[in-house]
Amino acid sequence: MSAEVVFIAAALIVMVGSLGVVVARKPVHSALFLVQTLVGVAVLFINADAHFIAAVQVLVYAGAIVILFLFVIMLLGVDKAEEWGVEPIAGHRMLAVVIGASIAALGLTVVAWSVDGATGKRNPSGLESSLDSDVSDVYRIGRVLFSDYVLAFEITAALLTIAVIAAVVLTRDLPDEDRLADLEPASMELPGTTPVCVDDNGGVDG
Amino acid sequence: MELSSTWYLVLSVVMFSIGTTGVLIRRNPLVMFMCVELMLNAVNIAFVAFGADLNHVGGQISVFFVLVVAAVEVVVGLAIVVAIMRRKPGASADDIAVLRG
Repeated sequence: MSAEVVFIAAALIVMVGSLGVVVARKPVHSALFLVQTLVGVAVLFINADAHFIAAVQVLVYAGAIVILFLFVIMLLGVDKAEEWGVEPIAGHRMLAVVIGASIAALGLTVVAWSVDGATGKRNPSGLESSLDSDVSDVYRIGRVLFSDYVLAFEITAALLTIAVIAAVVLTRDLPDEDRLADLEPASMELPGTTPVCVDDNGGVDG
Repeated sequence: MELSSTWYLVLSVVMFSIGTTGVLIRRNPLVMFMCVELMLNAVNIAFVAFGADLNHVGGQISVFFVLVVAAVEVVVGLAIVVAIMRRKPGASADDIAVLRG
């Protein structure tokens, strides 16, 4: 019985949060509603006995991704409320709600028509990959991740490296007029030496 | 009323469609990213529910990879948003209609 109560409470938190992300006018409020949603999803994971995933959810999503969002919002100063009156394409908001509702209807139909939720073969008990084996969550995920899914894991590592390089390359290129002029020579001077100016031809002026 | 995977799947479907609607409605690129995160989380709920149904840890492994890819997507996406905002301060998704700087 308690699992149902937890599910309903967490589902309410998730629903209110996700509606808040869409409806809130300021991006900061959207980000805070997103935190609410992600914590609610973590509670749902715990309720479904996925403890490790719940911990990773809180650490990576609430701890890293939302903080990154907030950093960008604060640094860029884009925290302007969006005007709801302006509609760039006539009726596009109405159309978007209709599309969203039809996707929901499609998915709910599939869920309602399917027998017993998932289809496919239930994994037999006692295997390392079965959830009812008598080992801890972290042990099970670690064993399977580094044996069956090790290639995907390595590709993920490469993907993360590429993303770091991409972020550096994308944000590095500044137009010349935006560059801070006084950052260049001053820090290179040694104390107590006379400054030496190098002109364009390579000659050295006293 | 026993708690079954159907409950999780219904919640996942509703949350996914809320995220889709948000991506279509909002014009601030940051909020659009957040709505994409909502959709990814909805899929994660479905993965965990299916994994519990099939008694297989693969659902949780999939959630792990989705998390990593979501982090990568946010890093690259926010870098693009920062680059755009530097050139056009206060740009919305409608202002970025041409494929040049």
